[in-house]
Amino acid sequence: MKKEEYVDLFHQMIRIRLVEEQASILYQQGKIGGFLHLYIGQEAVSTGLVSARKPQDRVITAYRDHGVAMNCGIPAKVVLAELLGKTTGCSEGRGGSMHMADVEQNFWGGHAIVGAHLPIAAGLALGDRYQEHDSVTICMFGDGATNIGYFHEALNLSKLWGLSVLWVCENNLYGMGTAVERASAVSEIRQKAEGYMIPNQRVDGMDVLKVREAAEKAIEKVRKDKSPYFLEIQTYRFRGHSMGDPERYRTAEEVKRWQNKEDPLGIYHKYLVENEIATSDELDKMEKDTEQEVQDAVQFAESSPEPATDDLFKNLYVEME
Amino acid sequence: MPRITIREAISQALWEEMERDPKVFIMGEEVGVWGGSYAVTKGFYDHFGAERVKDTPISESTIVGAAIGAALTGLRPVAELMTINFAFSAFEHIVNQAAKLHYMFGGQLVLPVVIRTVSGGGRQLAATHSQTPDVVFAHFPGLKVVAPGTPADAKGLLKSAIRSDDPIFFIESATLYQSRGEVPDGENLVPIGKSKIQRPGDDVTIITYSKMLEISMKAADQLAQDGIEAEIVDLRTLRPLDMEPVLESFKKTNRAVIVEEGWKSYGVGAEVTSRIYEEAFDYVDAPIRRVAQKEVPLPYNRTLEQFALPQVEDVIQAVKEVL
Repeated sequence: MKKEEYVDLFHQMIRIRLVEEQASILYQQGKIGGFLHLYIGQEAVSTGLVSARKPQDRVITAYRDHGVAMNCGIPAKVVLAELLGKTTGCSEGRGGSMHMADVEQNFWGGHAIVGAHLPIAAGLALGDRYQEHDSVTICMFGDGATNIGYFHEALNLSKLWGLSVLWVCENNLYGMGTAVERASAVSEIRQKAEGYMIPNQRVDGMDVLKVREAAEKAIEKVRKDKSPYFLEIQTYRFRGHSMGDPERYRTAEEVKRWQNKEDPLGIYHKYLVENEIATSDELDKMEKDTEQEVQDAVQFAESSPEPATDDLFKNLYVEME
Repeated sequence: MPRITIREAISQALWEEMERDPKVFIMGEEVGVWGGSYAVTKGFYDHFGAERVKDTPISESTIVGAAIGAALTGLRPVAELMTINFAFSAFEHIVNQAAKLHYMFGGQLVLPVVIRTVSGGGRQLAATHSQTPDVVFAHFPGLKVVAPGTPADAKGLLKSAIRSDDPIFFIESATLYQSRGEVPDGENLVPIGKSKIQRPGDDVTIITYSKMLEISMKAADQLAQDGIEAEIVDLRTLRPLDMEPVLESFKKTNRAVIVEEGWKSYGVGAEVTSRIYEEAFDYVDAPIRRVAQKEVPLPYNRTLEQFALPQVEDVIQAVKEVL
C-alpha cells in the first residue's frame, strides 16, 4: 500500500466517527427521528472490508449502515441529509437511518429486518453468475442474524449453487441486549458456516489492516473458487444498540475497557505513527479538516429541502397507472 | 382461435417469454426435473437447461429473496411458490421486501420479479393446503396482485407481468388449470390493473375473479333461463384495483353481488362494496350482497369442504335477494 492509501483508511474511519457523533447530537436535538444505530467502535470493520473490494463488487448490509454507506462512497452530507429526511438524502428521505443505498456505488442497502437481506445477497450473486459478471457480493450482518432461518437458507443456497458471496458476520457480542452466548448455541459464530461446508475465518475487527488483509484474501478466493467464504469479524460497539439504550446488559467498566484498549482509531493512529507512515501532526490536521468537512455536511443537510407532500406517491411503482 | 387450458396458457406464456428474452428464468420447488407440481413447466428443463429452470431447496424465503436479488442485477426472474399456503413462509420477502424496496430507496432499486403461486380449495387437502388468502397480499401498496380467471387472461397477464418492471404476485387457481377457453394466436398482452366485463347483462352486476368467475358464469347461465341477465365484471387484478367497469355496470344495474373464494371478513367483497357505496351511493337500489367461503379452516371431508366453499346455488340465491 502507498502512504496515501494507509492515510485514507484513517480518514475514512475518523469521518465515520465524527459523522456519528454529529448524528447523536442531531438526534438529541430532535432533528433525526425513528431509530438511530451508531457505528462508533466498529469503524475498522467496514473500512477494512470495503477498501478490499474491486469496483464491480457489491456491498449489502444491515441497519447499522451509515459507516458502510460512506466507505462505499456516499458523501457524508448525503448520509446526513438522509438522516434528516431531506430530498438530498440518498433515499430522498424515504428510507432514513436504516435504509441507505447508492446503486451507482454498488451499495445495495441498508436493510432493517434482521437477516432478510441475506437471501437477497444470494440473489445478487446469482444474477452475477447468470450474466457471467466477475463480481463478488459482500454481505454484512450482525451476530443476531445468524439465529434466524433466512441466514441458514441463504448460506445453504450459496454453497449449493456456487454463488460468489463473502458472508461477513460483525460479531459485536450483543444482539440488541442479548449476549451471543445467551442467544446462540454456538458462540464461535464461524462454526455455523462449517455446517454448510463454507470455509471460514475469525478476524480481529478492531485492527483495520487485519480486516483489510483478511477481506482481500477472502474476496479473491471467492472470485477464484466461485463459491462462498465466511468471515466472523470480532468487534464491539461503544454506544448503545440504538439511541436511548439503558445498557443494563453490560457494565460501564466493560465498555470503558474496550474504549481505552481497543479503540480502532487509537490502534490505527498508533500504528501509523510508530511505523512512520504519518506523523501525529499530520493525523491531527486530518482530524481538524474532517471536523470542518462534517460541519459543512451538517449545514448542507439542514439547509436542504423537505420532500413535498405532492411527491408522497413518487416511486411507489415503476409503472404507475 | 385455439381452445386451450389455463395450464397450457400459462405454460405458453412462460415458454414464449423465455424464448424472447434470455434474462427471464424460472426458479422454485420442483419446477425443473419434476416438470412443475402442476405440470406447468413440463419440458422446460430439457429445453432451457438447469441454469434457466432452477430447482430450489424447500426455502421459500430464499426463493423469493434470491429472485429479488437477481432482479436487482437486471434479470427477470419468475419465482414459483408451490402454493399460496407456502407463501406465508416467504411473507417477509413478498410484503416487506418486494413491496417496499423501490419506494424506500428513493426509486434506485428496480425489481422486475414475478412470484407465481397457486390459490384455492376444493381438493380435500384440509386446512393448511386449501386457503385463498389473496387479499392478504393485495393489502400492501408497492406490490401488484394479479389473479386471472380465463386462459386468454392468464396468458396475456403473465406475459405483461414478466415484462413489467414492478414486483408482481401472480395467483393461479388450483382448480382452474383444466378450464378451457379461446386464446388469441400470437402476441396478446393483457394490461395489468384493468377489470373486464366477461358477460354483459342489465339486471344485476356480479363482481368476481379467478375460480369464482367460473362459478359466477354458471350461475349467470342458470339465471338467464329465468330471464335474469347478470353482468359479470372480472377484476383480474386485485391491486391496483380498477373500479371503472364495476361502477359503470353498477350505475346501469343498481344491484350488485360480489363473489370470492376466500373468507368474507375483510375481503374483496368488503372492499368493493365500500367503494361502490363511496362512489355510487345514489345508484344503490338494494343492499349489496357478498358470497364467500364460510369462516372455518377448510375441512378435509368432501361434504363439509364443498359446503364451506361458495357454490353456484349460493350465487343464484344472492342475486335473487338483491333483485
